[in-house]
Amino acid sequence: MATTIGTSAAAPPAADPLPELTNAEILRYSRHLILPDVGLAGQRRLKAARVLLVGAGGLGSPLALYLAAAGVGHLGLVDFDVVDVTNLHRQVLHGTRDVGRPKLESARDRIADVNPHVELTTYETRLTSANALEILGGYDVVVDGTDNFQTRYLVNDACVILGKPNVYGSIFRFEGQASVFATESGPCYRCLFPEPPPPGLVPSCAEGGVLGVLPGLVGTIQATETVKQILGVGESLVGRLLLIDALRMEFRTVKLRKSPTCPACGTREIRELIDYEQFCGVGAEPEGEAVAELAPRELAARRQRGDALDLIDVREPHEWEIGHISGARLVPLATLPAALHTIDSSRDVVVYCKGGTRSARAARQLREAGFRRVWNLTGGITRWSDDVDPDVPKY
Amino acid sequence: MSVTLNLPTVLAKLAGGQRTLEASGATVGELVSDVAARYPELEPRLRGADGAPYPYVTYYLNDDDIRLSGGFAAPVRDGDEVIVVPAIAGG
Repeated sequence: MATTIGTSAAAPPAADPLPELTNAEILRYSRHLILPDVGLAGQRRLKAARVLLVGAGGLGSPLALYLAAAGVGHLGLVDFDVVDVTNLHRQVLHGTRDVGRPKLESARDRIADVNPHVELTTYETRLTSANALEILGGYDVVVDGTDNFQTRYLVNDACVILGKPNVYGSIFRFEGQASVFATESGPCYRCLFPEPPPPGLVPSCAEGGVLGVLPGLVGTIQATETVKQILGVGESLVGRLLLIDALRMEFRTVKLRKSPTCPACGTREIRELIDYEQFCGVGAEPEGEAVAELAPRELAARRQRGDALDLIDVREPHEWEIGHISGARLVPLATLPAALHTIDSSRDVVVYCKGGTRSARAARQLREAGFRRVWNLTGGITRWSDDVDPDVPKY
Repeated sequence: MSVTLNLPTVLAKLAGGQRTLEASGATVGELVSDVAARYPELEPRLRGADGAPYPYVTYYLNDDDIRLSGGFAAPVRDGDEVIVVPAIAGG
């Protein structure tokens, strides 16, 4: 599972003497070496350090680039995704020519170019309760650059169990959060948010959008905290939550305290990793009856036959503006209850969104409101573009 | 008694686009009730059907987590500031 490459020797455990720098490294890190709080000793500490980055996406990109450039001797990278063209507006670790390649491959190329002295271990796998303790166990600092709640709770609990600092960062649209969790005396992620929101309440970046430079801002803050953690300098974000608002360009911190009732770092009830999918309610069957599905090609055939259909787009107006299926009408999901009177219950109703999730919810609402002939367009406008009309842009 | 309630952008759209609201009440819970009465769409994002705060929305009263000072029963004074911080997971 793990693949290690690199030209330098493996960093020794912390108890060993710090590794020496070669002349080439001394030259490369000269601006660090003349910096009083880093110096030769600090740079050797960076070379000895082992940092695990969970995620090679928006946050993982600046993290990997800056930590490699700074001379962290050993980086671990966990990701199982492939570079998609929609990643490129923010994931600066990957380039246009990398589209379709595993992210770990493009990361490996890029990191080797940024700093060939860095040893890199890649884990092309999803981090799970079965492998997390083993993977995290080999590192001094863990950096959370994941994109979902289940992995965030998993990383947190594993860090608390193993006693590893967890450098946290999270983003949504124009806002970010950062902190350092799970140090010996500090709070953990569960002290901040004891439980995750129900699935679907907080949209992902894929659903809700994110400002491309925002992970750059937050990821470099995480990289800074990681370097400070290794050097043991300055005042870390332990016990503080940094709130970043890119629209107002406001940075502020609030106090984070270790909760005495926290099951992870307080009462220590959590002694082993749990089922985080279940904890976060992921994969649970949605409430209510199943929704009838209609494939895009079937919809196209029915329209060609001249069937009288009410085709309803339940996305937001700004998504409609990007592109929509001709003949459809826009009724954003949130406004559906108020628009029920506009729907003729004697006609067949087909609802669609970007990928089929929101429209499934809309279809369920329509069924509950008494509409009997309701279909959800399978795969949404994305599949429509793939299977029926490529002139409709995918986004 | 007037207290400032700061909302993240994602919730501001449910409060007529306002990021900062003036609210009145003697406790954080009363402030939330005051705001919920004025912006009904915001209410389910601020508190559960049982009236209690969610474990995934953290309230800071003058930069301190209210969970450690009585939750919604935490008393507020004129000029205090409350920040609402919902969990986000993007990366």
